[in-house]
Amino acid sequence: MSSSPLSTSGLAASGLAEVASSEASLRRFLHGLPGIDAVGLQARAAGLGTRSIKTTAKAYAIDLAISMIDLTTLEGADTPGKVRSLCQKAKNPDPGNPDVPHTAAVCVYPDMVPFAKEALGGAPINVAAVATAFPSGRAGLPVKLADTAEAVAAGADEVDMVIDRGAFLSGRYLEIYELIAEIRKACERPDGTAAHLKVIFETGELVTYDNIRRASWLAMLAGADFIKTSTGKVTVNATPANTLVLMEAVRDFREATGIQVGVKPAGGIRTTKDAMKYLVMVNEILGDDWLTPDWFRFGASSLLNDLLMQRQKLASGRYSGPDYVTVD
Amino acid sequence: MSEPTSALRLDVYKTYKLFVGGKFPRSESGRVYEVTDRKTGEWLANAPQGTRKDTRDAVSAARKAFGGWSGATAYNRGQILYRAAEMLQGRREQYTAEVAVSEGLTAKKAAPLVDAAVDRLVWYAGWTDKVAQIAGNANPVAGPYFNLSTPEPTGVVGVVAPQGGHGFSLLGLVSVLAPVIATGNTAVVALAPGAPLPGLSLGEVLATSDLPGGVVNLISGRTEDIAPTLASHADVNALDLAGIVAEEGPASAKDLEVAAADTLKRVLRPEPASHDWTTAPGTDRLLTFLETKTVWHPMGM
Repeated sequence: MSSSPLSTSGLAASGLAEVASSEASLRRFLHGLPGIDAVGLQARAAGLGTRSIKTTAKAYAIDLAISMIDLTTLEGADTPGKVRSLCQKAKNPDPGNPDVPHTAAVCVYPDMVPFAKEALGGAPINVAAVATAFPSGRAGLPVKLADTAEAVAAGADEVDMVIDRGAFLSGRYLEIYELIAEIRKACERPDGTAAHLKVIFETGELVTYDNIRRASWLAMLAGADFIKTSTGKVTVNATPANTLVLMEAVRDFREATGIQVGVKPAGGIRTTKDAMKYLVMVNEILGDDWLTPDWFRFGASSLLNDLLMQRQKLASGRYSGPDYVTVD
Repeated sequence: MSEPTSALRLDVYKTYKLFVGGKFPRSESGRVYEVTDRKTGEWLANAPQGTRKDTRDAVSAARKAFGGWSGATAYNRGQILYRAAEMLQGRREQYTAEVAVSEGLTAKKAAPLVDAAVDRLVWYAGWTDKVAQIAGNANPVAGPYFNLSTPEPTGVVGVVAPQGGHGFSLLGLVSVLAPVIATGNTAVVALAPGAPLPGLSLGEVLATSDLPGGVVNLISGRTEDIAPTLASHADVNALDLAGIVAEEGPASAKDLEVAAADTLKRVLRPEPASHDWTTAPGTDRLLTFLETKTVWHPMGM
């Protein structure tokens, strides 16, 4: 058993540091988490999605959502040119309107990190790289570690890793715990700092809400800085209900340990209306502490254009169209 | 067991619905308004009162359908329009009754108007693969180049359906709608608020003619809600004001043209209220909602 990667006293003080000391104790802890009432959860998520947000509150929410976006391109057909244009868009989302905030980060494959770093220059926008055999996670540990190290060496500020869903579903929790801990070590840079680690669960493949809650706690115990719903590569991506499970987990984790962990829903969030539902949930479940790009992110690509069109509508009074935003 | 007598049978009324994105939704507002017989003033049916939001949804549906429809071959578009004519022909009796009550005509006078609408669809179906020959050209240029101009559809076209003139309710609607979609545009139509029934039923014909969902969207309701929404919407590329009758206010041609100018739309001005829709249409409407693309290609390479 490897030693806990956490140097924080919060985990030790809460007594949670011990749960990963063996496969049995980890399973006992994760299966001892309270079960989720699926119907109640969905009703709660749907209820929070009915708020009407208009005028100045809407303008605030749109700008906040833009500043929380991890602008993403994860295609086999990505080219350096496409990554450069994505970075331009991240810096200046609406070229005709300089007061639009920049996005939080751009999210690319590890081999595209150097191009993204170069294109972003000194802009205060992070580069996130997906690593560990994204999106399936089907590779051996050395490959995953090398993948992560390459991204970090190329200058990635954040690493989005995937867990091994096969191991999770067959109950090999400690394996995943150790994987996350190892990747976290691989995120460390020679100068003592470390790339932020986001752990992707692929909630669409975890089948039940109880599993999503267990995966959340498992990742947080292993030292994730952020927990993220999905890769965007499967049929079911982020939904309000499964993101709500993540939010409740980070809330409870901070209550237990004092450690704050960020949340990132990704995939399938395409409209301003969707984005605002998530912001309402953050506000209601987590509160102001999470309502910043440091603690909440949207993994999205087409969402940005819809936010810009809504922003133009608020400014001009006319409904905008795709002719008035950049083509990706 | 005997057959129920007619005195005991409840009437089954038709719920007229909007036609948006290939589906038949009620208005998002849930509202309806009463449509009455043109001549007697008797209640005929409740029509959905389409709102600004319904109109915006229809614009999104039309935009989504544009790529597929404009990219379909002209031959395919012609087939689909011809199919629509066939389906309309098959439901001639129903449309005759609806046109008669909508325009205050006898069934005898309404029937030829339905036939004319069928013929007009066939006429425009024939134009789909011929319009490039008359609107396109190989241009003579002073250089070693082939210079070719081809017409391309404008995009999403907002259409205000005719509200008056002989045959306006179905023939007039077909006469303004068919030229728009024949060339590959998609359309959002504000139906005549006083006579929406033939138009709402036309959706059922289009839905069963292999027309992709969203190519034609039919909204009944107040023109002063629907037309200004289309005129000011940045995702609508052109506006056909055929049925505008108001002299003043937000649904007047002047106000709509001002709103349309804001987003650089192509605009076709209203037809006079006395227009006889049975007259031969000519190619004007067909050629209005086209943009010309010119390509230079070097010779001798």
